[in-house]
Amino acid sequence: MPDSKNTSAISDHETDRLKNIASDILLEAKKQGADQAEAAISVGRGLSVNVRLGDVETIEQHRDQGIGITVYKGKKKGSASSTKLDPSSIKEMVSAAYAIAQYAEEDPFSGLPEADQLATNFPDLSLHHPWVLNTEEAIERAVACENAARFYDKRISNSEGASIQTFEGTRVLANSLGFNHGYPASRHSMSCSVIGEQDGSMQRDYWYTTARKASDMEGPVTVGEKASERTVRRLGAKSINTRKCSVMFAAEVSSGLIGHFISAIRGGNLYRKSSFLLDSLGQQIFPSFVNIYEQPLLPQAMGSAAYDSEGVATSARDIVSDGVVQGYVLGSYSARKLGLKSTANAGGVHNLTVEPGNLDFNGMLKEMHTGLLVTELIGQGVNTMTGDYSRGAAGYWVENGEIQFPVEEVTIAGNLKDIYQAIVAVGNDVDLRGNTRTGSILIEQMTLAGC
Amino acid sequence: MNDLIQQAESIILQPAGLSINDIDQVMGNLLSNHIDQADIYFQSSRSESWVLEDGIVKDGNYNIEQGVGLRAVSGEKTGFAYSEELTMPNMLEAAKSVKSIASLGHSGILKPTSFNKVPALYAAIDPLNSMSREDKIALLKRIDQETRKIDSRIEQVVVSLVGVYEVVLVATEGGRLSADIRPLVRMNVTVIVEENGRREQGGSGGGARRGYEYFIEDDRAMSYAREAVRLALVNLEAVDAPAGTMTVVLGPGWPGILLHEAIGHGLEGDFNRKGSSAFSGKIGEKVASPLCTVVDDGTLDDRRGSLSVDDEGTKTECTTLIENGILKGYMHDKMNARLMGHVATGNGRRESYAHLPMPRMTNTYMLAGNSDPAEILSSVKNGLYAVNFAGGQVDITSGKFVFSASEAYLIEDGKITSPVKGATLIGNGPDVLTKVSMVGNDLQLDQGVGTCGKEGQSVPVGVGQPTLKIDGLTVGGTHA
Repeated sequence: MPDSKNTSAISDHETDRLKNIASDILLEAKKQGADQAEAAISVGRGLSVNVRLGDVETIEQHRDQGIGITVYKGKKKGSASSTKLDPSSIKEMVSAAYAIAQYAEEDPFSGLPEADQLATNFPDLSLHHPWVLNTEEAIERAVACENAARFYDKRISNSEGASIQTFEGTRVLANSLGFNHGYPASRHSMSCSVIGEQDGSMQRDYWYTTARKASDMEGPVTVGEKASERTVRRLGAKSINTRKCSVMFAAEVSSGLIGHFISAIRGGNLYRKSSFLLDSLGQQIFPSFVNIYEQPLLPQAMGSAAYDSEGVATSARDIVSDGVVQGYVLGSYSARKLGLKSTANAGGVHNLTVEPGNLDFNGMLKEMHTGLLVTELIGQGVNTMTGDYSRGAAGYWVENGEIQFPVEEVTIAGNLKDIYQAIVAVGNDVDLRGNTRTGSILIEQMTLAGC
Repeated sequence: MNDLIQQAESIILQPAGLSINDIDQVMGNLLSNHIDQADIYFQSSRSESWVLEDGIVKDGNYNIEQGVGLRAVSGEKTGFAYSEELTMPNMLEAAKSVKSIASLGHSGILKPTSFNKVPALYAAIDPLNSMSREDKIALLKRIDQETRKIDSRIEQVVVSLVGVYEVVLVATEGGRLSADIRPLVRMNVTVIVEENGRREQGGSGGGARRGYEYFIEDDRAMSYAREAVRLALVNLEAVDAPAGTMTVVLGPGWPGILLHEAIGHGLEGDFNRKGSSAFSGKIGEKVASPLCTVVDDGTLDDRRGSLSVDDEGTKTECTTLIENGILKGYMHDKMNARLMGHVATGNGRRESYAHLPMPRMTNTYMLAGNSDPAEILSSVKNGLYAVNFAGGQVDITSGKFVFSASEAYLIEDGKITSPVKGATLIGNGPDVLTKVSMVGNDLQLDQGVGTCGKEGQSVPVGVGQPTLKIDGLTVGGTHA
């Protein structure tokens, strides 16, 4: 697959151009009277193609740009954002942000990050891999993907289509402490969603692949067949009686379970005291075999970054070791509020990884023996303040370590504090598509509500 | 030319050096023999938000967005491009790329421009200018101070104020030009309380297509604050929610999220044209108890979910979805209406110029019935009374939907007893309304904070309903 910088939609000059605009913004902020300022600018180009029932449905050309400006007058803060990058708009944005800063109130914790935490090393994380793909090729691949799904099984009766998306962009961050850096990145994806029918009832499921580099994605036929397989196996789903039972979160939904933990140890929720994990530093929140860490500098990974959204340098670090919390998830503001240092998590975590165990997917099913395998969760139903958890679920009833029949219209509930302590095993069937890398997770017991 | 179009022209086109003749020229380039439908959508929006936390107004944000989206539709195929830069070369290039969706033909016949005259459902005001910055700050501070006085268990108060001023101008293939000026304001209050080491929170809010004075009138701002405190204190007493299938009574107003999730999405035209909805092909069939009549009404004055014209220039309507239990119709944008041989119902909406329109809800609600709400509650031996919800989701193909209660009580022997913790309720869209056995006479619409997400696009919506009794819905608590 072609992978040449020459045909990129985002040239190296583009990053330099944005760096110059960012410098201009900082100068303008200073001129208007700001003591400190920060500017973030991004531009992106993309193509997305959807096909359905063998024919093109939509072709979308994406051209996005955005700018965010934050200014500080003493300890007073104001911010403005826009989709316009021309000089007069920039002036207007700076004025708007400055006007807000004048009306906002002194906040002793506000301000740019600590200067000594700003990134000074910028390793090449290999995040920019343009995909030279014209519309016709994109259509051809998407059709191949959808066909693989549609003709995989006779019970596939309809399709929501297949889509291919390719995106390239560059993002620059600058602040008045002298930081001004940017880098281009790419993201490509292919997805397929089909509908199956049996006894008058329909089920739908999907699959997708995504990567920084097109050649790292799964092929169209694989994606289509997986979408189809997932749909067909849901046919005939039914609700089951209310009970307490083991629950296994398949890898594609277990990242959410870990996401609730991250949310509870995020600075904003800690200083607002709206977390069920207040003062959890040094506490045993998970069983001792659980290790969770960040790997921000992995080449080509979806969540890689040398610095966070404030410019603070990232580094590999442990968040949970032997089940004990080693660190919170902080940006500079929440860190100051808590009397701690930023953990380079303004804007989120980077390649959060749950250390895989020894069992593969089937091994995990055997380990569970009897219980519910969850492959889809719907609804919000998570209270970060209390840890109360109650969500709609669909999946499979498992007995003797083997899938018996599909299940739907049930909920699973518990308190996250208990759920985390009740983790029995983490699989090695790691899903690498997102920013959270985890295998399936087995919980000893939750409450299942059904018919 | 009507007044709104003139205003939109002066706000969007004139500063960019464009005229209505330029739009005609771009439209001429967008049309060909094979193009069934095309539009050029100009949008300019300004928004602001102010947040108070820890007793101080910490942060404010101001946002400007402007751009143009061009779309051409041929049969079921859609080409789409957009740009932040409102220049003729940009638009002509976009038109060329978009039109390639249809096999090339010579230019279509351009119809003369006509101006769409639709009565406005809200005043063409800029809410950002409806109150001075000093007064906005003072309002937030007053709410914070008065709220903290309500109860000594209050630990934290967060108040946010958001205003949006949006101007749209849309030209369609028939040469018709429509404009809309859409103000929108919203206020939210969140309160955290603590008692004996237990912490809980409560939130409330409201909004409308008005200026910020809306929150001063009728003491609305403080009524949100009092409601947030009440909810937080109720949650301090909440016990584990039950698990299993039981009779559920839903309170009036915001619990209408049931209708939005259980049947609303399933009745959007795109899913039904494609046959992917659990409601596909069911028009004329019984999908609810005869007590149920449900409408989607975009025409209510000043409401958050209302639009004078939708994003395709179609006048909004009150569309009957279910009448006395029988499925009557779908909600349509122009494309799905055309492909299904139906009429567009004014439900073509898009998040912005950078997104494609699709069928979306406006204000979805059930009409009032005859039962006294007290009589409904006393008719239940054992069950759940759910009055506030945090949100919901639906799988339109299987029909399974959830919505998460944030305030609920046990019903024991016809009486409301203990409050229970938040729990998700799950059901099946096509049959949940067949289990409605009583409908209250107390129809209420929500307070104006709803946002609906579909395929990554968010739009403001409203919901409403009277008190409802449902004979059997699965409640996802922990107490099995």
